[in-house]
Amino acid sequence: MITTSGLTKVYRSRGREVTALDGVDLHVREGEVYGVIGQSGAGKSSLIRCVNLLERPASGTVTVAGRDLTALAGRGPRAGRELRQARSRIGMVFQHFNLLSSRTVQDNVELPLEILGRSGRERSRKALELLDLVGLADKAKAYPAQLSGGQKQRVGIARALAGDPKVLLSDEATSALDPETTRSILQLLRDLNRQLGLTVLLITHEMDVVKSICDSAALMEKGRIVESGTVSELLATPGSELASALFPVGGEASGDDRTVLDVTFQGEAAAQPVISQLSRTYNIDISILGAAIDTVGGLQVGRMRVELPGRYEDNVVPIGFLREQGLQIDVLGQEPASVLVKEGAK
Amino acid sequence: MTWSEMRPLLEQACWDTLYMVGWSTVIAVVGGLPLGILLVLTDRGGLLRNVLANKVIGQIVNVARSMPFIILMVALMGFTRWVTGSTIGREAAIVPLAIGAIPFFARLVETAVREVDGGLVEAVQSMGGNTWTVVRKVLVPESLPSLIASTTTTVVALIGYSAMAGTVGAGGLGDIAIRYGYQRFETELMWITVAILAVVISVIQFAGDYAARSLHRRGTSGPAPRLRLLKASTAAGKTV
Repeated sequence: MITTSGLTKVYRSRGREVTALDGVDLHVREGEVYGVIGQSGAGKSSLIRCVNLLERPASGTVTVAGRDLTALAGRGPRAGRELRQARSRIGMVFQHFNLLSSRTVQDNVELPLEILGRSGRERSRKALELLDLVGLADKAKAYPAQLSGGQKQRVGIARALAGDPKVLLSDEATSALDPETTRSILQLLRDLNRQLGLTVLLITHEMDVVKSICDSAALMEKGRIVESGTVSELLATPGSELASALFPVGGEASGDDRTVLDVTFQGEAAAQPVISQLSRTYNIDISILGAAIDTVGGLQVGRMRVELPGRYEDNVVPIGFLREQGLQIDVLGQEPASVLVKEGAK
Repeated sequence: MTWSEMRPLLEQACWDTLYMVGWSTVIAVVGGLPLGILLVLTDRGGLLRNVLANKVIGQIVNVARSMPFIILMVALMGFTRWVTGSTIGREAAIVPLAIGAIPFFARLVETAVREVDGGLVEAVQSMGGNTWTVVRKVLVPESLPSLIASTTTTVVALIGYSAMAGTVGAGGLGDIAIRYGYQRFETELMWITVAILAVVISVIQFAGDYAARSLHRRGTSGPAPRLRLLKASTAAGKTV
């Protein structure tokens, strides 16, 4: 649904050049919620603005719903008619909501429809319908200043949906909200994604956002995507930074001559009593340093950090046993068995 | 001078001042608003960024603003004659007044429009809006309270300038104060004129502030304190 290839963006200010995007290839499938996560300054914001060409990439292409937007952009800084038309089919929600304070809630939602040249009656019908959808039917005549942050973002979402978009871009939509409101907004995005088949690309710096609603995720660092894939692919990738950030387990080794393993259970493997089997089969004492079970992207996943006596060399056989059981094993302090999931993991 | 002698003079002068200031304000707004918006749009990072155009407009505005009004009036005589067919009288005074006020108002508009959050512009762009949509739906409505305040400031400044319009026989309150009050030692008339000017300016300032504030308050709390008092008292009344 959204594909970017070789996207680069360089900012120049007072002779200094800052590379915000350094060859970003991103592929968002139709109907999925895709999260791009990274620290501030990683280039997330530039990336999402390049998707609807609010910022012009220096090179590379952006294709949304089969249309090459970069080809529509033209050379000048102003957006031509075709690009503007394409933009009206891409909804966008913002961190600071960006509602017009001079308009009522309903008039804010009608704004994109005014731009599309719809008639007054159609505009108000659609706006009220959307406000109902986001649960704010009773606030139609209120002004944004009278709403709470969460309500404002609901209006922002209703407004973004006014042009019947297939794609919704979310620029840190929940970063200005408290945890509880964040949850309800994410739930709304998830519902819209399911009900309307909306493809959602969101950027965030909060791991919880990815954890609670994303089907796929990418990790950005210094203008590059360093890991990407569906959440289950990422969790199944040894040494994946995203996976361990999504699902952190703590615990330090109790001595030098110990081997510490991170064991990840997914699906059927979670039902096997592997730890006690291991203990019995090899007659070793296993201490559990940390463990958690959680739902990530709709998947039940368990992770456990265990300590085996002896160095890695002494534990090759038990580790092999665990891997045979279909578990994913990361040995701390060892190089990961395979390279990170690169862009190929689409 | 008796009051019956002063009255017709003052009435005519009031009317002349309002006529000149009224028309020149209208022209200043019509001319200054687009100019001020262009100053923002053509600036670096603006939607129509164009460094050259921005510098040129900015420079024209600066030069026009730095000219003392009386010099501007003389300098524009040829233009005034071309527009109104004469260089004296009320209509002739409106031309330099308006032209002097356009750059003044344009700078105020620029400041007001710059205050509009860039995120709103981005939002409208993301909906597929063009530059004109941004101006019409975002920049002007969102800065309206400041624009009204700017207009008030411009009207008040124009009333001050209009005192000099007397030099081209345009009349007005300022002219009366100078010719009768100052030059003919009719101190009483001078003070009456000054008092009228003070009242007129206060009324305009009050009206402008009120309009700007009531727009700005939209959706916040309205004329809150009194309403709240009322509500509190009715609630108290019910419990008692």
